[in-house]
Parts: sequence; structure tokens; C-alpha cells
Amino acid sequence: MKIHYLDNNATTRMDDEVLKAMMPYMTDNYANASGVYSFGQDARKAVEDARAVTAKFFNADDPREIIFTSGGTESDNIAIRGAALANAAKGKHIITSAIEHHAVLNVCKALEKEGYEVTYLPVDKYGVVNPDDVKKAIRPDTVLISIMAANNETGSIQPVAEIGAIAREQKIIFHTDAVQAAGKYPIDVKAMNADLVSISAHKFYGPKGVGALYIRKGVKVSAIMQGGHHENRKRPGTENVPGIVGLAKACSVAMDSFKNPKAHEKVKMLRDKLQAGIFEKIPEVILNGHPENRTENTLNVSVKFIEGEGMLIQMDFEGICASSGSACTSGSLDPSHVLLAMGLDHGTAHGSIRFSLSKYTTQEDIDAVLKALPPAVEKLRNMSPFWKNRVTA
Amino acid sequence: MKYSEKVMERFKNLKNMGRIENADGIGKVGNAKCGDVMWIYIKVDNGIITDCKFETFGCVAAIATSSQATDLIKGMTVEKALEVTNKSIVEMLDGLPPEKLHCSVLAEDGIKRAIEDYNRKKQGLPPLPEKEDDGHDHGHEGEEE
Ligand SMILES: Cc1ncc(COP(=O)(O)O)c(C=O)c1O
Repeated sequence: MKIHYLDNNATTRMDDEVLKAMMPYMTDNYANASGVYSFGQDARKAVEDARAVTAKFFNADDPREIIFTSGGTESDNIAIRGAALANAAKGKHIITSAIEHHAVLNVCKALEKEGYEVTYLPVDKYGVVNPDDVKKAIRPDTVLISIMAANNETGSIQPVAEIGAIAREQKIIFHTDAVQAAGKYPIDVKAMNADLVSISAHKFYGPKGVGALYIRKGVKVSAIMQGGHHENRKRPGTENVPGIVGLAKACSVAMDSFKNPKAHEKVKMLRDKLQAGIFEKIPEVILNGHPENRTENTLNVSVKFIEGEGMLIQMDFEGICASSGSACTSGSLDPSHVLLAMGLDHGTAHGSIRFSLSKYTTQEDIDAVLKALPPAVEKLRNMSPFWKNRVTA
Repeated sequence: MKYSEKVMERFKNLKNMGRIENADGIGKVGNAKCGDVMWIYIKVDNGIITDCKFETFGCVAAIATSSQATDLIKGMTVEKALEVTNKSIVEMLDGLPPEKLHCSVLAEDGIKRAIEDYNRKKQGLPPLPEKEDDGHDHGHEGEEE
């Protein structure tokens, strides 16, 4: 069966160029980049060239401001725990939001158990943080603000430049999880006034298991793992040379794409078609996320009166890969914390379904969804006690 | 999380969906907060369950167990149906992932409650209220009829 892959916020297909760039470092040049012999120095050069490209991707001044990690989760952990530990003498208060990825939220929760205090800011109905709330939450002992650039579930883009400016003015460290922004639009650490920025290669056509963290010069961050002197002593461990080369290639492919935005426009066009088609064919659907200010590839809707998992399985029968914020797929009894923070009731949150497109998405993929989803919804609604008993206006 | 082939087969070929108008007993269990709500309808004739249907809001496990459970008790005496356990429903589906076992408990509860409702009606008592009502906007009882 043909696969219609519409779960690109979970991960993407690797770009062929990326794989090509990585191959030599998985085969011929397997040296440890710390080796003093020229074979090792070739690997070192590959890593440092990758660092320069990645710095450019962030619009950072100095490649030394980039460290490579094992992915978004590790970048977030080093940023938050590392900054919290290194600056504990100044204070132990952290500001973040209710819609962050668990790679941020659960670090904050762990820090709370270790004597830190965390403020979790609310969001509006579109899932957007209000910079005024950030301002109001600042205390004399606030040392870190962490607000994501774009949300993974809804695609809603956060006002990080404004929040960064507030943080900068108050001399508070500002971290942004830009994992879902990377590759979709340019990331500029200067425009965002950011001190720490996380990205992950596999979300923008790079390999899994490699990420980067931008650490602005002068910002104190402690290592959270102990080991060798790699990555400016911030992240010990033998460099994942092929992964790092792959990440950098993904960065350069993305930078090229920003110069010629046709591919991005196509993604958005198909996403908008999918959205229009769903709203046209299925009654009582609501859009989760900001109507305009959202990543070009993301569409999250709640189909009222039914639960998400049934839709996903029914889609899977047709080869369609999507995801849901229902409890069933989150492995807990509660549906998505992001949708609940936006004020959705539990039932509506359970009925969410997310389609996330990529540059490889075709009209055929969209047509497949528009063909499969309406009957799936009808089938599930016909057996839903809420559908038949709903109060129609 | 991986469902057994039996569960998937059930989900593909569901039976007994929908409501029974003028049911002799209705068992409403679960709540939307946890993502599973099951309404079991029974028709009883001479102490025998002659028809049984379900309306379920919930995941694939909840829907499949609803269908399996309603199939199982059709043709049973009311007494026998009261003995149906969630374990037997799960076994008929070749098991459920551990985090989905609560869905099968819901099916057992739904059957028991539908029969309780039937017994109350027989005695002229008012129908059973919904179980575990969490204040969500569902369960507007029979306003369409
Ligand atoms: C916003 C966000 N942050 C962090 C992560 C974690 O990234 P990784 O899977 O590379 O650890 C993800 C991806 O799941 C994400 O979407």
C-alpha cells in the first residue's frame, strides 16, 4: 500500500543530499574526531565545517557558540538544567509556558523537586503566549525564561522576539526551543534576542539522534553530563560525525530553500487545501492553533463528538500517517496538555487530529485524506452517544 | 501500543452499533474526561436479552470491546449476562494492551448497569442516572425522542 506520510512534525524523511553528505563518515572516514593523526583531523574538519554552517543557520556570529547534541531533547535539557545550575547563585526562578514540549516541561518539573520555582504561563485560545504575561511573571530571582518558537501540536508561532527583548532588558537568560521552527522559516538568534536555542535535525530532513544548541557567548551553562572535554566542555562524548555532517547539510538545504521559497509556498498551499477540504466535507470541526500565524505545514483540528485514535486507525487502513492529541495516543488518561491549555474541553481535545506536511507531500496525499477522513468520521460519529444527542443550535 | 489482530478485525467489522429505541435497559458508563463513554442498550424478552447495541465515544479498544460485549450477551439470560466479566471479553479479543484494560472494565460495567436499569424499570423505579458524571456537556437524556 502507498504510504501517505503526514506526520512530519514527528519526524521527516531525510533529504537525499543529507544522506549523501553523511555516507563518507559512515564508511571510509570512521575516525574519532579527537585523533591527532590526519585521518582523525579530517573528521575534525568535517565537524568544524558543520559547526560553521550551523552557526550561519542560526545567524550566530561565532561557530564556537554552537554545540552538537543528540537531539532536541538533549539540547533542551542542557539549556534549561545547564543554565539553571550555572546561575543558581543569582536565583532559582524559571518562567516557561504550559504548551512546551515535554523535553522542556519535564526538566522544569524535575528542577522544581530540586528547589527551583517554575511559573508556567497560560496561552490564549490560539495557543499563543502573551509577552505581557512574561513581563508580569518576572521576579528578582528569575534566571531563565524558556518559551518555544513554534508549537509542535498546533504550529502556533510564539512572539519570541518580543519575549527575548523583555528578557534581555532584565538581563535574564532566554531559551527558545526552535525544534519545530527550524527548516520552516529562518532562525535568527539576534532577531529573537535569544541566548539559548535548541534544534533537532530529524525535524527538517536531517538524521535522527542529532541536534544543536546555540549558546550565546558569555552565557553561563553547566554541563549536565560528565565526561571528556568535547563540545566546549558542555557536552562530553565522541562526536557523532556523520550525524553532525547530516545536520549541517540539512541546515544548508534549509537556507537554500529560504532563498527560493517555492517549496515552502507549496507546502502551505497543500496544507490550506487540506484544511479547506476538511472544513467543507465535515461538519462541526474546529481548528486548533492560530488561523494565520502558524507553521506552514501544520493542521490540527478537533472533530467533535469522536475520539482521535479511531480516526488514526481508520486512516492507517488507507496508508495515511497522522497523529492525535487524544489520551490514547499520549499513553496517559489525559489528552494533550497543549490543547487543554488552550481551553479545549477534554472531549474536544480527545477528538483532535494533526496532519503535518513536508516538502515531499503531494496533492495525492491530500486527496487521500480528503477521501478517507469523511467516511471515517461518519462511521465513528454514528456510534458516538454525543453525536446523536448533541444539542443542535 | 499494539492491538491484536482480533481487535483490528473487530474494529473493521463492527457489529451492534447504534441505539435501540424503547430499550428495556440502558447502561451509561465512563466519562468524556478520560476519553471513554459507553452506552449499552438492551432489549429483554422473557428474561432473555434479545437485542443489544452500543454507542461509544472512545478509543479503538473501547469500541471493539463494546462490540464484542454486545455480541456476547445477545441471546443470554439476564442472569447469565450478569456473570460476564471483562476478562472474558478481553480473552475473546486475544488481549488488550495493558493501558487499555480499563476499556474492558467499562464494557462489563455497561452491561451490569443496563441490566440494573432494566430491573429498576420492571419495578417501576426511575431510570438510572449516568455513572461518573463529570459535569461535561454530554448525556442530554433522550431529548430527541
Ligand atoms: C518542540 C519540540 N521540542 C523538542 C523535541 C524533541 O526533539 P528530539 O526528538 O530530537 O529529542 C520535539 C520533537 O519531538 C519537539 O517537537
